[in-house]
Amino acid sequence: MLTGENIVQLVSGLLHWAYAQAGISSLAGVIDPIISAVVMFGFIAVFVMFLVWMERKVSAHMQSRIGPNRVGPLGLLQTVADAIKLTIKEDVKPVNRDKVPYFIAPIVAFVATFMGMVVIPFDKGVVVQDLNVGILYIIAITGFTVIAILTAGWSSNNKYALLGGFRSAAQIISYEVSLVLSVVPIIMITGTLSLSGIVEYQKQAGYWFILPQIVAFLIFITSATAEANRAPFDIPEAESELIGGFHTEYSGVKFAMFFLGEYIAVVVSSAVAVTLFLGGWLPLPYLDFLHIPGFVWFLAKLLLVIYLIMAFRWTFPRLRVDQLMDFGWKVLIPISIINILATAVVWFCLYGKGAQ
Amino acid sequence: MNLELIQNLLPLALALTLAVAVPAAMMILSALLGPKHDTQTKLSTYECGIQGPAIEGDARHHFNVKFYLIAMCFLVFDVEVVFLFPWAVLFQKMAWGGFFSMVAFLGVLAFGWYYLLKRGAFEWE
Amino acid sequence: MTDLLLSQVKLSGESQFGTDEYVVNMGPQHPATHGVLRLIVKLDGETVKETIPVLGYLHRSIEKISENRTYPQCITYTDRVDYVSAMSVNLAFALATERLMGIEAPARAQWLRMVFVELQRLASHLLWMGAFAGDIGALTPFLYGLRERERILDLFEMTCGQRLTYNYIRIGGVMIDVLPEFVPKCRAFLDYFEPKIAEYEGLLTYNPIFLERTKGVGVISPEVGINAGICGPSLRGSGVSCDVRKQQPYLFYDQVKFNECLETAGDCWSRYKVRMNEMRESISIIRQSLDRLEPGPIEAKMPPVLKAPTNSEIYSRIESSRGEMGVYLVGDGTAKPWKVKYRCASFSNLYLLDELTRGWKVADIMAVLGSLDMIVPEVDR
Repeated sequence: MLTGENIVQLVSGLLHWAYAQAGISSLAGVIDPIISAVVMFGFIAVFVMFLVWMERKVSAHMQSRIGPNRVGPLGLLQTVADAIKLTIKEDVKPVNRDKVPYFIAPIVAFVATFMGMVVIPFDKGVVVQDLNVGILYIIAITGFTVIAILTAGWSSNNKYALLGGFRSAAQIISYEVSLVLSVVPIIMITGTLSLSGIVEYQKQAGYWFILPQIVAFLIFITSATAEANRAPFDIPEAESELIGGFHTEYSGVKFAMFFLGEYIAVVVSSAVAVTLFLGGWLPLPYLDFLHIPGFVWFLAKLLLVIYLIMAFRWTFPRLRVDQLMDFGWKVLIPISIINILATAVVWFCLYGKGAQ
Repeated sequence: MNLELIQNLLPLALALTLAVAVPAAMMILSALLGPKHDTQTKLSTYECGIQGPAIEGDARHHFNVKFYLIAMCFLVFDVEVVFLFPWAVLFQKMAWGGFFSMVAFLGVLAFGWYYLLKRGAFEWE
Repeated sequence: MTDLLLSQVKLSGESQFGTDEYVVNMGPQHPATHGVLRLIVKLDGETVKETIPVLGYLHRSIEKISENRTYPQCITYTDRVDYVSAMSVNLAFALATERLMGIEAPARAQWLRMVFVELQRLASHLLWMGAFAGDIGALTPFLYGLRERERILDLFEMTCGQRLTYNYIRIGGVMIDVLPEFVPKCRAFLDYFEPKIAEYEGLLTYNPIFLERTKGVGVISPEVGINAGICGPSLRGSGVSCDVRKQQPYLFYDQVKFNECLETAGDCWSRYKVRMNEMRESISIIRQSLDRLEPGPIEAKMPPVLKAPTNSEIYSRIESSRGEMGVYLVGDGTAKPWKVKYRCASFSNLYLLDELTRGWKVADIMAVLGSLDMIVPEVDR
């Protein structure tokens, strides 16, 4: 049967055979991670390009336009063309910048989000590194985005960029709290921090956590949208107020890195949402007889959640900065704390005696 | 260090290297490939098309921003969350005792939250 | 002038908290100032302390040029005064000249003018709705508004060959009669368009975020509004009846039934709601005007060279899409006006911007500016 795990085993078998032929079997422990990291990198690059195309098509559909349709079939290669254009265009560096931070910020923005992808399980066993503290790791590593944005805003030495950077930092750290709090109930139920472990738990329990934890799911999606600086929480780059926000002074590839970072952030948070709340690679109920590989289910759910986040962007107006803070601190955080306590109480009522 | 930890972290380190190297390489490549027609105006700070001594120049003033306070609140809450994680993992084993200790903990935090709310720390100005 | 302003900006930059006032430019090259309006915004954190509009980046001295042009030639320049609502300005100038010279346009021309001016009001309000929604971050309504605006522009193009600067309403009548298929096409468009307003309202009006951003923001009280010379939909949002079409009917506005749309709150949301309701009223006016359209001449009999009487002057006003559009003309017996002055709604509406945004957040500047429906060429002229 074709599953993601089988494919991985097949490929790694082939690789190990190749190592043996080349006489470098002893290095397998080093080369395997390299290959998986490269594969993940390639996947992310292609997937994000697809997402940019998808976002443009989705927005075009919502706005009764056509969207990109010139480069390649259905305009699919439009993003490739854009990427090439951004690479070979002039690199405008404002004179008043701080050289080193200005250069580092886009890299950090990219790294911070990309590193989150490394622990996402696409299927049973299909993961670059299944950390036993997966969730904690993702939360920690994506938190680096704040540093990238603050650095970009500060080093540009531009008023809009600085304002945008501060806004963004305040926004991200505010929503970070509710994001993390919304994950805690899941950990309480499953008792593990490993993403694969959480999916396995959902498989055994026979339900997805979106059912008992719908509140946590909504908080998570909202906070994740805010974390990725996407509309309606896109105040750091609110073009009608702050031009381009923190990336006002960035152009070419450097801008592309922020752009990629934003999209990868969307992918990561959607992937975490799928893993935690929508059963990861598990098939839809009653459809498991179809024998569709798990990673296909995973990608389908992932695209669904991403579509949701895209639909937010093209439907809602933008919140004002103080309303945004109010919403985060006065609404989301209390609700998520109450959610944690409620989960604990309900769990005790249902299973409390057995645990004693 | 034990071998397992290294084996766990090796892929991460490699991915990190890749994630740093590729953007850096692209940025350097772009700087080499792209045309260079630098003019003073082009390289000046973007100020909506305005250039002048009063407006242009350094963006870094003593800028009144609520960011500092929010960051302090964030620290408090995030440290709190870090405490929540081990509790959440062991939650089922600790049963009611663990629950009530966490209720007490969250109670203190909720009080702090209420205090901040009343003091207007969350009013973004 | 600008340098003087800037020096004042610098000197008054004191704050008791040991923080500097943050002076930020919004415009002239800014994605959201609808052209080249420049705002010097003084910030304390995110809070606006002062907003200083700097005008003149689109000054084309239309009024002065008009003094060296004959009356019919001036019509061409009126298109550029307000390019989003060119028909209204055409009409304002044509009416003023006709009143100055005692010309009466024939009935068919009057009804046609009403049809086109109200179509123009629809087009202008549609563009405004899109831009306003875009200012507060919703990008989709803009495309929806433009989709319908295109249909209106098609109707204009069918009639006068132009899509932006029509030069259609002339002194003594209109440029050319409409094609026979215009009336059915126009009716078809109205039938298509009427349900679309509900679609826009569904997208925006009671959207919680939209309400958060617009309710209670930029409140103009009736007294302040009247004193500051606010006019048009912006003042009607405060509950002040100020529709020139009702108060001093021109064309045949006294022969059609329509309501003056009023809201009471005076905030951005009320101004939004007034304009949305005005679109419905415009549809009704266009329908009634099309019903009354009888065959006949479209231009009054006029002398070959139009000359105003010596020492004659007139102030004539109409209700343009943005509010009261006044034209002041002084004739000196020649074929050219001695003095032309446009009283533009955008300019007077901009007056309150500072007061409305003081103490609010940066984002509110855009909400308020958007809700006032300002067009830069009309401000600068």
